[in-house]
Amino acid sequence: MIVLSNWLPTLLGKHSLVVLLEKNSLITAMFLVGAILLVSSLMSRKLTGGRIHPSAIGIFIGLAFAYVGGITTGGEHGLADVSLLAGIGVLGGSMFRDLAIVATAFGVRLQEFTATGLSGIISLVLGIFVSFLIGGLVAYGFGYRDAESITTIGAGAATYIVGPVTGSALDVSSEVIALSVAAGLVKSILVMTLTPFVAKWIGLDNPRSALIFGGLMGTTSGVAAGLAATDAKLVPYGAMTATFYTGLGCLLGPSLIYMIVQSIV
Amino acid sequence: MVIYGTALLAFCMLVGLVAGQLLGILLGVGKNVGGVGIAMLLLIVLSDWLRRRDRLPTPTQQGVLFWSSIYIPIVVAMAASQNVVKAASGGWLALVAGVTTVLACLALVPVLSRLGTGGEDNPESQSGAKE
Repeated sequence: MIVLSNWLPTLLGKHSLVVLLEKNSLITAMFLVGAILLVSSLMSRKLTGGRIHPSAIGIFIGLAFAYVGGITTGGEHGLADVSLLAGIGVLGGSMFRDLAIVATAFGVRLQEFTATGLSGIISLVLGIFVSFLIGGLVAYGFGYRDAESITTIGAGAATYIVGPVTGSALDVSSEVIALSVAAGLVKSILVMTLTPFVAKWIGLDNPRSALIFGGLMGTTSGVAAGLAATDAKLVPYGAMTATFYTGLGCLLGPSLIYMIVQSIV
Repeated sequence: MVIYGTALLAFCMLVGLVAGQLLGILLGVGKNVGGVGIAMLLLIVLSDWLRRRDRLPTPTQQGVLFWSSIYIPIVVAMAASQNVVKAASGGWLALVAGVTTVLACLALVPVLSRLGTGGEDNPESQSGAKE
């Protein structure tokens, strides 16, 4: 006891434990994100019976933490403004994010892409343009008038990845990027939960419609979880086209679509 | 070696970003035009080429696969470092945008499915369905 009372203040003091964690903030961030995803997986299984994918819960917790961080620090970078957790900003910054997104393309085979066929390609292109169009219109309706913000929010309506990638390419504020992530998250959760209920109405009972569904929806986690809850056999077909969606969205968003929006606004 | 895979990934990302930047200058928008997308396409093409020439052993693949499997955790970290306080005031926008997009795209599923079955002699769509 005597020993404990001796070293505890030193350990918690400004010059030891806190400084140690601050110095290793990227590692602290890795641990924290791992803990968040562990909790998300548990919540996904226990509370939703696996219906809502852990990734969606994890992103929601991340946004909630960013809110708390923003309130407590008054800063603009969510949890990353807490000096102990500055590593969150590094881990979730555009450098690592873009690297990880590019890496996801590695699983894609060229012959799979051609096997997707015409209907897959049409559904992909249509899905991306419709999402950008509706997201952009909603952004305009809510008072956004600059092409950059409209494109970014439209990109968020595509997926919560296309949003921030487009947003950082177009140099928009963190607030607009957060909005695009939130819009993508709403989409992803809706696709997960709604799909089994509407499957009958939209004829989602064969590989071909699953393939089209994946291309139109695009959110990989949403499509995979939604199809799994509908008919597990359909998952690979939907997931296959959905994996192309993010890449295509990241390619078209900050280029062709931005220029179209720019010419209209 | 694992680092070969990571280096390949880094190479694709750098080339993509440089190409995106050049494209941005060329088009006069001064921004990075589709750099990440270009990098993804490059990685698909390069890894396919290497795989066919048997130059993609498991360790090399692991150097890329680690980063693709860490993608969701990074997105969680990204979400945690956004200006959510300010965005929350426009929370309705996110909700409206998400809901309307999903409904519109769901409605398009039967439309596109029907379009395809109209041309059943289309070999492309058939092979796509069978795979």
